[in-house]
Amino acid sequence: MKKLINRVEDVVKEELEGIVAAHSDLVRVHFAPNYVVRVDAPVSGKTALVSGGGSGHEPMHGGFVGMGMLDAACPGEVFTSPTPDQILEATKAVSGGAGVLHIVKNYTGDILNFEMAADLAKADDIEVEAVVINDDVAVQDSLYTAGRRGVGTTVLAEKICGAAAEAHASLKDVAELCRRVNANGRSMGMALTSCTVPAAGKPTFDLGEQEMEIGIGIHGEPGRERRALASADEVVEMLTRPIVEDLPFKRGDSVLAFVNGMGGTPLIELYIVYRALSRYLDGVGVKIGRKLIGPYITSLEMAGCSITLLRLDDEMTRLWDAPVNTPGLRWGV
Amino acid sequence: MAVTYEQGLAFVQGFAAAIAENKAYLTQLDSEIGDADHGTNMDRGMQAVLAKVGSLEGADLSQLFKTTAMTLISTVGGASGPLYGTLFLGLGTAVTGKTELSTEDWGQALAAAVQAVRARGKAQPGDKTMIDALQPAADSLREAAQDGATLEAALATCEQAAEQGMQATIPLVARKGRASYLGERSAGHQDPGATSSWLLVRAARQAFTADT
Repeated sequence: MKKLINRVEDVVKEELEGIVAAHSDLVRVHFAPNYVVRVDAPVSGKTALVSGGGSGHEPMHGGFVGMGMLDAACPGEVFTSPTPDQILEATKAVSGGAGVLHIVKNYTGDILNFEMAADLAKADDIEVEAVVINDDVAVQDSLYTAGRRGVGTTVLAEKICGAAAEAHASLKDVAELCRRVNANGRSMGMALTSCTVPAAGKPTFDLGEQEMEIGIGIHGEPGRERRALASADEVVEMLTRPIVEDLPFKRGDSVLAFVNGMGGTPLIELYIVYRALSRYLDGVGVKIGRKLIGPYITSLEMAGCSITLLRLDDEMTRLWDAPVNTPGLRWGV
Repeated sequence: MAVTYEQGLAFVQGFAAAIAENKAYLTQLDSEIGDADHGTNMDRGMQAVLAKVGSLEGADLSQLFKTTAMTLISTVGGASGPLYGTLFLGLGTAVTGKTELSTEDWGQALAAAVQAVRARGKAQPGDKTMIDALQPAADSLREAAQDGATLEAALATCEQAAEQGMQATIPLVARKGRASYLGERSAGHQDPGATSSWLLVRAARQAFTADT
């Protein structure tokens, strides 16, 4: 294992120390339990947004804390859900009296820990709603699995709902909007290489030089299908066709097209992917209304990408364009 | 023969030792069908438990198990934290007020704890989870207790049932947790959660049958 770290045990702590050293104008970090909050938290009278999950997906979620996006993020150990006491403390730290929305990705551990935390917060008289993001079309048969995983749509939901909360939308309305974003977002990912969890010290899975994994999740958990390596154009079609057919996205729809890097894939390749995606969507009559290209929901050093399409309406588009000022996303300020 | 506080403590400490010893093995099993952190996470939690339970003054069995539960919930993360936390909380609640446990007491406590884990995680037997080791262990322990088996015999049967249940997860297709995303590809691998659950049942047998 070759990594730029000091001690395996200190990876998450030292990353958070780095974040606060770099971005103390935007966020504060609390240690033991670990959580990141926006610098002016709690904002009185504002619906607070809390998300979290395992570390290793940076900039998600800690990099999305700040004005116009999340009020708090709870980073767990690498690829490990945060704990209920941690989520509870973060929830209390940002509660401004208008309720707290938990944005939870659909993984067994995240669900269990956020549920326990929400129970504890309610016992402390904090109103909590939870919305579960489950947009990964790679998981087809949800009756016999833990259900679709939460992936790329999470980033878009956090931005759009963050803008609504910033404009003082109620908890009920922000939660409803978050469910609408989730209902209109679909994603699928692929990997060219595995990733190595620092504490495990070796790659999570083996992928041959001429192989790729289609339908990968964001934790290096193997996907649905291993195939021979193909060209960027072919890969984009393998990912986009199931996404388009699933919702389905229809001729005339306007979408937010999100090409995400898994951590080890450079922008030069992501733009080649975006080129193929824009041509594919053009071919099926789907219009790209907004776009996001870059590594925003990563899987350590895994090489690969994911594609997310979100069907936009006017309100979502307006909220996407609203100002945001976080370490990971910043515009309009 | 009944289980004393010292034996309860030895069970928790023995489980921590077994997790530490099998940390790399559990993580290896998890890398095959999950996300390669089960051994690491459980070890972090049980080491924190060891640091806490050694210094519990005047605690009873219920407090011992509840302290173990709360420590796991706040240190493990993942699905294992809430699930093992719920298991020990179930044990702690079931043995409230008892200074020693008979075979029936332990059987009832384990059955209640396994039921609580099922309610939290919503897994059924056959889903390829820790329940596949725990449910047969709880069932066989209760039957053995009803048949009037000695504590030694009942615990041996219980451990055997857990081991068989763990091995029986190998051909199963996972329906819960992260392994379920693999579909058919999850078959042919032993479930890491069922494996750590077998270590727990084995630690109980070893601690409760040792002379103190």
